[in-house]
Amino acid sequence: MNIDKRIADELVANDVSFVTTVPCKQLAGVIEEIDQRDDIFHIPSNKEDEGMGLCAGAWMGGKRPAIIMQNTAIGVTINTLATLIQYYRMPLPMIISYRGELREPVACQVEMAVHTKALLAQMNIPTYHFHWQKDVEEFDNILKYTFMCNKPVAILTDANFWGGYGDQ
Amino acid sequence: MIRSEILKEIAPILRDQLVVCNIGIPSQELHAIDDQPTNFYMLGTMGLASSIGLGLALAQPKPVVVIDGDGSVLTNLGTLPTIGNNCPDNYILMIIDNGSYGSTGDQPTYTGMKTDLAGMARAAGCETVIEVQDVDTGPALQAALDSGKGTVMVVKCDSGNAKMPVITMDPVVIRDRFMKAVAS
Ligand SMILES: [Mg+2]
Repeated sequence: MNIDKRIADELVANDVSFVTTVPCKQLAGVIEEIDQRDDIFHIPSNKEDEGMGLCAGAWMGGKRPAIIMQNTAIGVTINTLATLIQYYRMPLPMIISYRGELREPVACQVEMAVHTKALLAQMNIPTYHFHWQKDVEEFDNILKYTFMCNKPVAILTDANFWGGYGDQ
Repeated sequence: MIRSEILKEIAPILRDQLVVCNIGIPSQELHAIDDQPTNFYMLGTMGLASSIGLGLALAQPKPVVVIDGDGSVLTNLGTLPTIGNNCPDNYILMIIDNGSYGSTGDQPTYTGMKTDLAGMARAAGCETVIEVQDVDTGPALQAALDSGKGTVMVVKCDSGNAKMPVITMDPVVIRDRFMKAVAS
């Protein structure tokens, strides 16, 4: 299974047509896949809160958005999640590279990894953790759930899900 | 002129447009001067008006006017390259540059000192950037709308705020009526 293609396919199948990204090494393949899709408008953002602003506007304009980012971005976007996405009740699938988990080579990444689920839980953000490749089977249901309830929803995807990080 | 005087003057132009208005006193002023379902008021999240407006302009064809501030653009400077590289023709970013953080007590911002927002927007890749004096805002905004070109306007004006009530409308109501206006 090509995981990058599968994720892009599910986005398209769920009518997600506006995707903003802040890169991560683990996400390089899926970002490239999304960039090549004609049915998805891909707009890179410089910071994740900016990206959430773009997604909020796109959704109000009639397009289903998604953001692709690293878990370090949870530290950047708490205020935006609370006072924009949640306060105005907007749907936002967040496909998050879960750095600092098993098979992580960079120690500093663990420092945000240990806070990631706690912060998401504190924000009452529905959170799913993809650890095995087969976990992607739930992605379609998660997208449907997100646009049903108009909430930000986190999909944490760790190094094991992506088949390891570099040579680890 | 201060921001509220500019907003009063351009209210007849804004009335027919989709407007995304910056957090704090700018939204309170616009709401008090001429509340419209086509206005999206930001109640929180400083800095993101330009990004919300850009997403909206990219997603649908109607013109979008963003009323932003110097302080808010400074807090989200990454927005300028994103606008510069993706600016659709239906996007107008109007930065009311009064050289101060109006909503927090008029503390000076760097745009009242050495920093030039219009120059930064140009350097970021924005193709149509105009600097306007407060008294010329109305005709300049109308010309930007008529031009059918994505435009960044930097409106130089005096620092100061009008006393307006806080917006008590529920955010979901603001958002819902705005989305209906967008779709209509
Ligand atoms: Mg200001």
